[in-house]
Amino acid sequence: MKWHKLGKIFDPTGHTLPNRCLEFAQSPQALVLEDRVRVYFSTRERDSIGKYLSHVAFADFSRDMRQLLGVSSQTVLPLGDLGCFDEHGIFPINVLRDGDRVLAYTTGWNRKVSVSADASIGLAISHDDGLTFERSGTGPVMSASLQEPFLVGDAFVQCYGDSYHMWYIYGTKWQKFNDEATPDRVYKIAHATSPDGIEWRRDGQQIISDRLNADECQALPTVICLDGVYHMYFCYRQAYGFRQDSRRAYRLGYARSIDLKNWERDDSLAGIDVSTEGWDAYMQCYPHIFECDGAVYLLYNGNEFGRYGFGLAVLENS
Amino acid sequence: MFKWKKLGKVFDPKDLTVASWMHEFAQSPSVLIEDTYVRVFFCSRPAPTPEGQYLSYISFIDLDRTNLLNVLRVCERPVLGLGKYGTFDEFGTYPVSMIRNGNEIRAYYAGWTRCESVPFNAAIGLAVSCDGGESFQRLGDGPVLSYSPDEPFLLGSPRIRRFGGRWQLWYVAGKEWLVIDGKPEPVYKIRLATSDDGINWSKQGKDLITNVLGEHECQACPDVTWRNDLYHMFFSYRDIRNYKSREGGYRIGYASSPDMLQWQRNDSMVNIELSETGWDSEMINYPHVFELNGSTYMLYQGNGMGRAGFGLAVLESATAWRKA
Repeated sequence: MKWHKLGKIFDPTGHTLPNRCLEFAQSPQALVLEDRVRVYFSTRERDSIGKYLSHVAFADFSRDMRQLLGVSSQTVLPLGDLGCFDEHGIFPINVLRDGDRVLAYTTGWNRKVSVSADASIGLAISHDDGLTFERSGTGPVMSASLQEPFLVGDAFVQCYGDSYHMWYIYGTKWQKFNDEATPDRVYKIAHATSPDGIEWRRDGQQIISDRLNADECQALPTVICLDGVYHMYFCYRQAYGFRQDSRRAYRLGYARSIDLKNWERDDSLAGIDVSTEGWDAYMQCYPHIFECDGAVYLLYNGNEFGRYGFGLAVLENS
Repeated sequence: MFKWKKLGKVFDPKDLTVASWMHEFAQSPSVLIEDTYVRVFFCSRPAPTPEGQYLSYISFIDLDRTNLLNVLRVCERPVLGLGKYGTFDEFGTYPVSMIRNGNEIRAYYAGWTRCESVPFNAAIGLAVSCDGGESFQRLGDGPVLSYSPDEPFLLGSPRIRRFGGRWQLWYVAGKEWLVIDGKPEPVYKIRLATSDDGINWSKQGKDLITNVLGEHECQACPDVTWRNDLYHMFFSYRDIRNYKSREGGYRIGYASSPDMLQWQRNDSMVNIELSETGWDSEMINYPHVFELNGSTYMLYQGNGMGRAGFGLAVLESATAWRKA
């Protein structure tokens, strides 16, 4: 794979966003519409106690991705009710065209006491081409299970054959890696299937091998099928020290599969890496691949987990 | 009518004359009947932290089969530790329901975690004992029954049964948190999940018991037995307000069903009254009904949600089991 970087294409600080959001445009994910490409992202407001709340917003681009047409002016999906899994944030959101509706798989966040938060995957549905979404129930469609004790999130859903396939992550442990630090988490990529996009079957197995060590954190899988081969991009990092030290921060990983079961990881084939300087020199994270008018695009975040926006690359060859 | 005769208090850790890890509470009794004794599992608590926060652990006592008021043994340590950092059962395991499965004993329990906007959340865990109930190991770090679109939080009060070759798990599911007098209070209802193996569950997805106290009635502890071709459920219910008082606290409700799904509620069938004074003068709830030597017994917890221990009653009139 070889990607040509088109640079940063959106900076949230240059726009007025709903819900008092000022910074962050994280985990950009595309819905290709007839006359535009709608790119959803999570942006943040500060609540009354100074903590962040992540909200869903979008930016519309022309179908050649060269022109920004506008940003969402209203709430796309409100946060969950008191005590619900998505009360304190929705990040990220994955959208999938499903006939005349659009399905959104959300990762909802809820704050806890001993560790900072937990996450589960929710489902919301749009009947207006993704302008607004309505929850399918107040609870999640995928939550903790025997082998996936917490932090179930980052869903990416595609239909292949008769099945819905979901790639997602689940937490394996919370750990204090040094005495002064708050607990850090470890999470891995897994796979679930469904006949209807609602009832999911899963076995809690890590499907992508670790490259760094057993505590490697793997996030935000995105999959595309090109010429009969499935290509997965994701991001990975060290479990601690990843905010301060660029060498421990998120990078993009790559794996391929011909059967959707066995994945061969080889990051050297990713065809993209951090820049030597600029907006994506310190880290690269939250990749999302989509196709439009014959071109294959990669949306992703750079430094500071997308505080100042997201960028784009286009596939040159595979 | 179910007419119960109270036999008195069975156990309160505060009455122990020897040192114990149990400081107070004996909640949610559940029995396993052995050859010479009846093992009663329940949930108890060490002393609270300086901030006043409690942790609940699973415990047991053994009762003499021929005299259920005679305690033969008190468990020396909790049979299951708390969950790991960040897991669903890091801050407590309560209540618990036991069942034998071949040579193993399975414990289905509600695990508790603490949250920021609301005080807590719960999900149902599963642990297994291969040494006759002396110690239990989790099947995994996560819950065996967790949240779903119409069961957003607070899965608790598990009661495990096997009828007709399948597994049934009665439990409660939270519906909403309401702010009552400035404090978040949950509403929860009784539900059923079924399974072929007790591990992979299929939720029935409906509230089983009609409300008598309005839509904010809280229901708990659905204890189901089968007699005379009918399923009988004893449970607990209360209003969302003032539930720590004698007037507003949990009461015992009753419903019957021919098929485990359609339930006819009739609380007036339960005839067990609060005592005038003493350990069960303010609350009688979390009933567990079992049979032994041809008699039907009910274990229940008393005042302060079992802070005053649990006690025993025996069914005096057997006509109530008849089909309505």
